[in-house]
Amino acid sequence: MLQINEIEVYYGAIHALKKMSFEVEQGNIVTLIGANGAGKTTTLKTISGLLRPKNGSIIFNNQDITKTAPEKIVDLGISQVPEGRRVFSTMSVMENLEMGAYLRRDKKGIADDIENVFTRFPRLKERQKQMAGTLSGGEQQMLAIGRALMARPTLMLMDEPSMGLAPLLVKEIFSIIKEINERGTTILLVEQNAHMALSIAHQAYVIETGEIVLSGTAQELLNSDEVKKAYLGG
Amino acid sequence: MDAVLSQYIDPYFLRIILIIGINIILALGLNLITGVTGQLSMGHAGFMSLGAYTSAILTMNYGVAFPTALLGGSLVAALFGFFIGLPTLRLQGDYLAMVTIGFAEIIRVFFLNFEPGGKAVGLSGIPQETTFLTVWGLVAVAVFLNARLLSSRTGRAFYAIREDEIAAESCGVNTTRLKVTAFVLGSFLGGLGGGLYAHYMFYIDPQVFNFTKSIELLNMVVLGGMGSIPGTILGAVLLTILPELLRVVAEYRLMFYGALLVILMIFRPNGLLGDVRIYDLKKRWGLGKNK
Ligand SMILES: Nc1ncnc2c1ncn2[C@@H]1O[C@H](COP(=O)(O)OP(=O)(O)OP(=O)(O)O)[C@@H](O)[C@H]1O
Ligand SMILES: [Mg+2]
Repeated sequence: MLQINEIEVYYGAIHALKKMSFEVEQGNIVTLIGANGAGKTTTLKTISGLLRPKNGSIIFNNQDITKTAPEKIVDLGISQVPEGRRVFSTMSVMENLEMGAYLRRDKKGIADDIENVFTRFPRLKERQKQMAGTLSGGEQQMLAIGRALMARPTLMLMDEPSMGLAPLLVKEIFSIIKEINERGTTILLVEQNAHMALSIAHQAYVIETGEIVLSGTAQELLNSDEVKKAYLGG
Repeated sequence: MDAVLSQYIDPYFLRIILIIGINIILALGLNLITGVTGQLSMGHAGFMSLGAYTSAILTMNYGVAFPTALLGGSLVAALFGFFIGLPTLRLQGDYLAMVTIGFAEIIRVFFLNFEPGGKAVGLSGIPQETTFLTVWGLVAVAVFLNARLLSSRTGRAFYAIREDEIAAESCGVNTTRLKVTAFVLGSFLGGLGGGLYAHYMFYIDPQVFNFTKSIELLNMVVLGGMGSIPGTILGAVLLTILPELLRVVAEYRLMFYGALLVILMIFRPNGLLGDVRIYDLKKRWGLGKNK
């Protein structure tokens, strides 16, 4: 579904991604784990068109999207839950969800999908008129996920959805991710919480200073000594 | 009409009411750029002067009809808005503010040396074509179109850009295009206000459109509530009347505006009306159908 071929991304002189290659297969949850500053966010931003690689290519459903504009990429079916949630804080929950469907014109479909999001996240339904900035961290994360779903993505990019959440909420968020995937959305999940990510993922890659250093099925990485030592706390 | 009105209303009040209208148009333009879309512009007087000079020269030197001249001035301002809007794609906050201040200064210095504009002396004898009806008619149109725009899908996207540009982009908003659009529409209204002003005052000179004027307009937007149409109108009304009441502060206008900005930022960071948008009011009052 998605192929990343030797992309190189720079921030000025900083070489953030070095010939990075990996693949996301349709129907899977693929996770990219790595420490702070490894280049996870950079990878997702490059896929969604917010950053441009200097070299290399990104292929989505056999189409080269390396130079495609971000809004076109959303239109093609890739939406993202950005790092740190980034909800529109002075807009209501409802308006945030509507923004997620910005490129869609099918009023009926949008209304249905808002209902679906509310069914999945009853807490958002209760707070639909509340300003997003006044939601708790967990609720904001749910809203960010809901907003991304409103674009009806076939591939969803998620940047550290567990960041800053209490363990119980992290569990809840991960079970939601799993459920979204089971309903047919492919997921590329970036995480520092390697244990949780590997427990729900099919395929996994380990990224260090802009390079993929290890890859395999999630199960393989869970059992790998290197991963255990570096990311799973022994 | 104006003659009739002046029989009933004191000319001094009539004049203030008219200037309030012009300021509302100017401030609505700046509100689109800074209040709604969040691109800090501190050079709105630059667009105003482009509209003022262009339209005045058109009516005085080329015998162009007033409505056409007014449109011409607004279009010239909008064209400059387009070019000033382009750097906003790369610049944010303070840097953009600096570019817009620089732009307005360059325009001012240009008119200081512009022969057809009378250089430092300015232009006088501009036909007084701006009437009470023209101004308030255009205010009504501007408010109506602004309200339509801001309650539309595009309007929502403008607010989204202000809230979080990256998130807006990841929702599929073409932030590049919309930021430039906001600048073009906002500067068009700036030019329109300038043209109305010139054809009301008889007389313009480059000093009218100085930095203080830009800050005064910015204050109107901030005072009432960034991004809110009722707020902007309230801001324009208050900041037209207040300086009239406090004639003494005339000398210290910039200081007064600076202090006002600081006080607002501390006590009412969202302005007097907060972020009340027309469609919120509609919802609150149960008017019309919600989009
Ligand atoms: N805007 C930027 N300008 C310059 N350097 C940047 C910028 N954004 C990221 N970097 C650098 O690129 C590298 C990769 O950053 P990135 O944000 O992709 O890391 P990450 O894996 O997402 O980290 P974290 O887990 O902390 O979110 C880091 O060295 C970072 O300092
Ligand atoms: Mg990151």
